[in-house]
Amino acid sequence: MALVNIKIEGQSFQVEQGLTVLEACRKCGFNIPSLCAFNHGECSRASCRVCLVEVKGARGLVASCVYPVNEGMEISISSVRASEARRASVELLLSNHRKNCLECEKNGHCELLEVAKMVGARDGVFEGSKTPATIDHLAPSLIRETDKCILCGRCIARCKSAHGIAILGFENRGFNTIVSPVENRSFATSPCIQCGQCVTVCPTGALLENSEISKVDEAMKAGKLVIVQTAPAVRAAIAEEFGEKIGTPGTGKMVAALHRLGFYRVFDTNFAADLTIMEEASELLKRIKNNGVLPQITSCSPGWINYLEYYYPELEKHVSTCKSPHMMMGAIIKTYYAQKHDLDPNNIFVVSIMPCTAKKYERQRKQMPNDVDAVLTTRELAKLIKRAGINWSKLPEEEFDNDLLGEYSGAGVIFGVTGGVMEAALRTTYFWLTGKEHAAINFDAVRGLEGVREAAIEVNGTTIKVAIASGMKNAKILLEQIKAGTSPYAFIEIMGCPGGCINGGGQPYVKPLFLPNEDFNILDTYRNKRASVLYSEDEKQVVRQSHNNKDVQRLYQEFLGEPGSEIAEKLLHTSYDINREKYPNK
Amino acid sequence: MAKIKTSDELIKKSNDCSSCLDAKFKGLKGKRAIVVCGGTGCLSSDSSSILKRFQELIKKNGMEDKVTANIVGCFGFCSQGPFVKIFPEETLYTKVKVADADEIFEKDIMGGEIVDRLLFVDPQTHEKASKQHEINFYKLQKRDVALRGNAEINPEDIEEAIGSGAFLALNKALHMSRQDVITEVLNSGLRGRGGAGFPTGRKWQFAYDVQSDEKYVVCNGDEGDPGAFMDRSIIEGNPINVIEGMMIEGYAIGAQNGYFYIRAEYPVAVDRLKNAIKQCEELGLLGDHILGTDFSFRCHIRLGAGAFVCGEETALLNSIEGQRGMPRPRPPFPAVKGLWDKPSVINNVETLANVPYILREGADAYAKIGTEKSKGTKVFALGGKVNNVGLVEVPMGTTLRQLIYDIGGGIPNGKKFKAIQTGGPSGGCLTEKDLDTPIDYDNLIAAGSMMGSGGAIVMDEDNCMVDVAKFYMTFICDESCGKCSPCRIGTKRCLEILEKITEGKGTMKDLDELKTLANVIKSNSLCGLGQTAPNPILSTMKSFYDEYVAHIVDKKCPAHVCKSLMQYKILPEKCAGCGLCARNCPAGAINKTDKVPAGKPETFPLRVHEIDPDKCVKCGLCQANCKFGAIIKD
Repeated sequence: MALVNIKIEGQSFQVEQGLTVLEACRKCGFNIPSLCAFNHGECSRASCRVCLVEVKGARGLVASCVYPVNEGMEISISSVRASEARRASVELLLSNHRKNCLECEKNGHCELLEVAKMVGARDGVFEGSKTPATIDHLAPSLIRETDKCILCGRCIARCKSAHGIAILGFENRGFNTIVSPVENRSFATSPCIQCGQCVTVCPTGALLENSEISKVDEAMKAGKLVIVQTAPAVRAAIAEEFGEKIGTPGTGKMVAALHRLGFYRVFDTNFAADLTIMEEASELLKRIKNNGVLPQITSCSPGWINYLEYYYPELEKHVSTCKSPHMMMGAIIKTYYAQKHDLDPNNIFVVSIMPCTAKKYERQRKQMPNDVDAVLTTRELAKLIKRAGINWSKLPEEEFDNDLLGEYSGAGVIFGVTGGVMEAALRTTYFWLTGKEHAAINFDAVRGLEGVREAAIEVNGTTIKVAIASGMKNAKILLEQIKAGTSPYAFIEIMGCPGGCINGGGQPYVKPLFLPNEDFNILDTYRNKRASVLYSEDEKQVVRQSHNNKDVQRLYQEFLGEPGSEIAEKLLHTSYDINREKYPNK
Repeated sequence: MAKIKTSDELIKKSNDCSSCLDAKFKGLKGKRAIVVCGGTGCLSSDSSSILKRFQELIKKNGMEDKVTANIVGCFGFCSQGPFVKIFPEETLYTKVKVADADEIFEKDIMGGEIVDRLLFVDPQTHEKASKQHEINFYKLQKRDVALRGNAEINPEDIEEAIGSGAFLALNKALHMSRQDVITEVLNSGLRGRGGAGFPTGRKWQFAYDVQSDEKYVVCNGDEGDPGAFMDRSIIEGNPINVIEGMMIEGYAIGAQNGYFYIRAEYPVAVDRLKNAIKQCEELGLLGDHILGTDFSFRCHIRLGAGAFVCGEETALLNSIEGQRGMPRPRPPFPAVKGLWDKPSVINNVETLANVPYILREGADAYAKIGTEKSKGTKVFALGGKVNNVGLVEVPMGTTLRQLIYDIGGGIPNGKKFKAIQTGGPSGGCLTEKDLDTPIDYDNLIAAGSMMGSGGAIVMDEDNCMVDVAKFYMTFICDESCGKCSPCRIGTKRCLEILEKITEGKGTMKDLDELKTLANVIKSNSLCGLGQTAPNPILSTMKSFYDEYVAHIVDKKCPAHVCKSLMQYKILPEKCAGCGLCARNCPAGAINKTDKVPAGKPETFPLRVHEIDPDKCVKCGLCQANCKFGAIIKD
């Protein structure tokens, strides 16, 4: 990459050509406040006007987030003219913002508040009327409060870049502009897949998960046996909420915290992930043997299932009928586990800690209404821990409860990253087809974070072609192949969020503004860092394959019989709503 | 119609059509021609029924061989329409109604006698004029560049356009190198007529210099300034001229497709443009290998839903692409990355209408018109408090005084001139001291306004300048796309302050805040719309600061426009006690006093009236009904 010479505040620097002024300044150690610009131009609308700087010779102030550097450019961030302009832009935004900062759910993570501090925004400037607001709390997963929205457009850009469906857009004009689904509908009455990617990029409290903390509180108060399970990806990110660097494993402390929060049992959804593999892999083998519908597609991501129902209902038969792991876990807890301990299932309250917002919708699906009673995101769990006054740094490392459903394999752990379900399924399928374990255990061919990947696995002399996609925009490529009859694959893994659950809509925010100790390029690396937590936990497990999980084996022996048995079908499998209306009447 | 496949065929066709047109206008073989104004203004005064009536009369009298009747484009003098013009005498009838058609036909067409009562009467000299060029409104104008063919040729008949010289400029351009065409336009000094006045040739050059498999030319017909209708009239009157301009541009920069972006509220213009494109295609003048050359070109029409911001070129591009009309940040400029990310040039309708003239007559001839830095003519939509409202085309350098007094005929009802607003919502108000300024891009900016697309609204002493600023701010607030925060929120805050001031609740601190806000919006906004949005405030504050202060300190609106700051009063010395005001008052706010009208004995049965300010809704009906001039605004 060619370099150009620039000056910032009179100091000379060499930076790569093609960078924006904002990027160049940040690289050179100058932090320009900005709101609408995000992630290397994923959102770059130059609309918030918070990053204005002076460039010698330019016609006016320059929006640094879109203006490219060029040879000899002289930039001033600190000039009074630019400073005042930035402050005015922020003050204007604040004048149309519902400023309940103390009670706001985004307190502590609000970029607007941080930027206001940076520019020295003054109280009560430009006060006036406010844009008529929409408060949408109807959807199980997401809430939208437009009186907090600064119209940066990041959510719109993310929905487009991740899924290509652009549920959100700008509605109305001028001062009345809001960000909303079409016709200012609720998320609940739009074909939104509830993935929460929009929430992860929102700089303010305008988009949030629909919190279910109070439901858990109610259950605790009512004296129910509140059993908690945590998804694999949660441990890869929860430590970030307590100031640890991205990529710090948090399993032991998380379990310790959950014990201190008064849960009756603390289980790992990984157990159910192993169970899922048993069911899903046997389903795949059945399809292969019986010339069934192929490729088979995974079903553990509720965001993807929503997408299927809204956009590709005709491919329903390709999708595994397996419930997602935490729903299987709920079903087993309320049947097998309850029976073994002679507990009243009605007195059991199952809480799932998930990296995901769509799971909140999933648990309310009419096909499986009673398996799980509340879903909290990783962020909500962090709130619970903080609320209880638990000091993360002082927590010991503890183990999940070893009570019938306690064991889990490395295969279950890697469910949390794109390609993980595929790899877990391959480990077991390989064993079932060949009668021996895959020597290398790992299937490196299916790892990686690229949006669409394919691999060919040699089993007994035949080649099984598989593919993996995360983010619906990528999934669409594979789905279109199936529709066109050109899909060469036997098995496809699809995850709703780009990168899989480690990057789920319920995971801690990755906002460079609040991560002074992370590298400049943290937005490029955080998914890898979180993924490595899961891969290294997998490596540490004694049991690496789902079919070798002793608790799972016992469950089949004592209760389920074999994968795909009648009772397994009843408890662990589900069906899909292929007539789901995209725009139901409000 | 046979296709025109070569340059020679075009010239032959041009000569043939030209002879036909000559015959029509000069009345060869005793023929007569009736043309009726078919601009949107006259059409809304039912000029299509006038034409229909003439056609019926021709048929009824079996005169199809002798008399023709057709529509033409806008005559420009809109306050006097609908117009009917008779050839070869060139008699011009004004304010014609459907009922007048029979009389014109009978007396003029059949009897050769002028219908005196339908001639234009000069409001000052009271003299009648039977011909267009005798009317003051037309005397200083030069209507043969951008408005070429308007009010002459039938805009729905390509042969008349060809007869008037259409496509000769294109033919000439196709015999030149692309670079030479651009150089010709550069040398002509033509600047963009959409508002900012960027040199057109330079825009073309940028796009020409970029290598790309596909380039686009776009015609910006999203005319949105309140009261402006230049572009509409140009397309309505001579769509072929604009198409030809676009084709020359397409040839010059290397584009094969051109997009017309026109407001859907301009149905007449859209229909005529569609028709013109179809006729061009039928003749092979649009399509592949135009006039036997390697140049292929197609025109497409996209309708705008009426958002003002879509006149901003990058928002326009988004709109054509089917996205929300919101401006894009620059760089990259459209000439590098425009429509569908391909190099594109966006030119205003009027700009393109100038292009054929430049190629046909030569850059030197064009550059002779106008001032040193602003060449050619400019079309203005002259409106507001001026006698002659309409569409005018004047050479650059004409003064505002000439525009308002000579062409516009001065201010009606003997009122005093106060300001002229140019440049639409992005422009400003110019005052008495600016009247002798020659109109060009740079002079208007120096005076605190701008050329804009050509709206020119005259205001008199009855206009409140705070109210004018509020009007434009309301417009901008409605039309802001909402993308960038300074424009979206800032203009709303400005409007709120102006509302406060006009309601008598303003403080002097508000004026400081207004100024601060105006400057923030100007320096921080993303696009030209936002950057110029505060101009109406800044320019009225500069020239009419006292009026703002009067609203705030004296709680008075000097022009008696702001309702919260004025009241109707009955002058007791003038009130005759007739009670007409009270009977017309919808609010029951007018009561009898016990005073006898001035000069009347106690026994007089009528009594002086007075208005109860608490009940008065300030509708003005009392004043409108008073026969004694006894009711005033205070």
